[in-house]
Amino acid sequence: METGNEYTPAELMVVCAAREIHDHDIVFVGMRLPLIAFALAKRTHAPYAMGLFECGLLRDTPAPELLYTMGDPPNILGANWATRMINVMGLLAQGYASLGFIGGAEIDRFGNVNTSYIGDRHHPAVKLPGSGGGADIASLAGRLAVIMNHERRRLRERVDYITSPGYGEGGNWRRRVGLPRGGPSAVITTRAVLGFDPETGEAYLRSYHPGTSVEEVRANTGWDLCVPENVQETPPPSPEELRIIRECDPQGFWTRGNAP
Amino acid sequence: MSMREAIARFVPDGSSVAMSLALESLIPFAAGHEIIRQRRRDLTLIGPISDMLFDQLIGAGCVARIRAAWVGNVSAGLGHNYRRAVEQGIPRSIEVEDHSNFSIALSLLAGGLGAPYIPTRSLLGSDIARDHPTFREATSPFDGERVLLIPAIVPDVAILHVQRADEDGNAHAWGNLGICEEAALAAKKVIVVAEELVARDVILSDPNRVIAAAFKVCAVVHEPGGAHPSPVQGYWNRDHEFFHAYHQETRSADGFARWLDQWVYSVPDRQTYMERLGAARRSQLAPREHRYAAPVDYGY
Repeated sequence: METGNEYTPAELMVVCAAREIHDHDIVFVGMRLPLIAFALAKRTHAPYAMGLFECGLLRDTPAPELLYTMGDPPNILGANWATRMINVMGLLAQGYASLGFIGGAEIDRFGNVNTSYIGDRHHPAVKLPGSGGGADIASLAGRLAVIMNHERRRLRERVDYITSPGYGEGGNWRRRVGLPRGGPSAVITTRAVLGFDPETGEAYLRSYHPGTSVEEVRANTGWDLCVPENVQETPPPSPEELRIIRECDPQGFWTRGNAP
Repeated sequence: MSMREAIARFVPDGSSVAMSLALESLIPFAAGHEIIRQRRRDLTLIGPISDMLFDQLIGAGCVARIRAAWVGNVSAGLGHNYRRAVEQGIPRSIEVEDHSNFSIALSLLAGGLGAPYIPTRSLLGSDIARDHPTFREATSPFDGERVLLIPAIVPDVAILHVQRADEDGNAHAWGNLGICEEAALAAKKVIVVAEELVARDVILSDPNRVIAAAFKVCAVVHEPGGAHPSPVQGYWNRDHEFFHAYHQETRSADGFARWLDQWVYSVPDRQTYMERLGAARRSQLAPREHRYAAPVDYGY
């Protein structure tokens, strides 16, 4: 039984994700860890945040039970609006979604995300499931936060395929290709939190998690990761934050590696 | 109409079928299984996020082309059959037209509006746009800005699982609707699969809740449990265990062949499937409590 001070990498990632949610944000919460982060944020510093789900839901309260998918019945009961995907996507496209979370199989130094093909697109080594709503969220949300495992083979100089556009080749690429706003603002991993330089669009190390180091993060990143002078250790979860997370996910399905 | 007749008459080889339209709920698994039993070939499957169903149809050799945003097993991970088909051509190679949720929604919306295309700013700069066989980049004539033109998709048939319908095809669906309405609007024909068959005045008592124009519905199939293991609000909870077991059991092609035998080929219909599932599981999945909405007064 864990004490109030011990936590899993996933629990720390949930807390980091919750920190990205500002009060009054309208958030595409996606699935898994960001969903729990939404519940945590609403119960702590962001009571007026709202959740948008591309299956066709708007909620200003977290679902009463742990969700395995966004279409689970507890997510529909008590929703503010159960509707068509087009309505939710319309809000996203107009710029109402201030933040979106996506997961990634691969990400590169300019925050482009791949969830489609590892290897050659026509003869892939791995066919990944695809964009879902991820490419839309990356294109249209005000800010994007990416949640993923930190491994050298996943954090690459250049992804094999751009499913979800980040900052492209850097600089004002988004403006040049015609994207109306947005771009990645954080990558939350099992080892660190990365930010993005607003001028160059390149990732940098914002913080390294307790128990790791700047060197270890750089060694596990597939490009020469920028480390600014004000890099710090990621603040750990508080006992209250852990209590809330464990209330949301009592079996640790998403947060303590107990997925079957 | 029975599921067998509906599929035999309205889903021939080579058709384009829109299904799994509400994303993780209301997935017409019973229709999918009948398609497999009747050994349909060369289908094009159209949908947003497909939770397990497309993976099954691909593994059974029914599919030539996928036009979808996501194919896999949402709570468990990748779709093993989808991977085998794309990576190794097992059981046969398939064409994948990658979409995002918004682009597949806009494709069907365009079809439903009788429009040649709908413009969007989503996906600009992505490799989805770069590699797409039909999207076109253009400049808006009104403001000179870059836009991506998403051409219409008009499916041959849309298969919708709903909570209740009458025998004429007037159907109620509730919960998150995904792209059900857009697909039903665009498709040439609609097959409605209903948990409950009800009298016409039940449906007509709440016309706001109707999901499609009944004159587009070519078949109404009464199929309780027809969406198992996906949830149906008010009728069935999600059978999480079933999705996770599928993920384990279908890791190999042989494993999938055994799974298919157990749940599709050795089962003549959905009624037998639900009996095989067992009374204990069925009662576990039934709603623990009912939550009825406030009544709506259409009187005058």
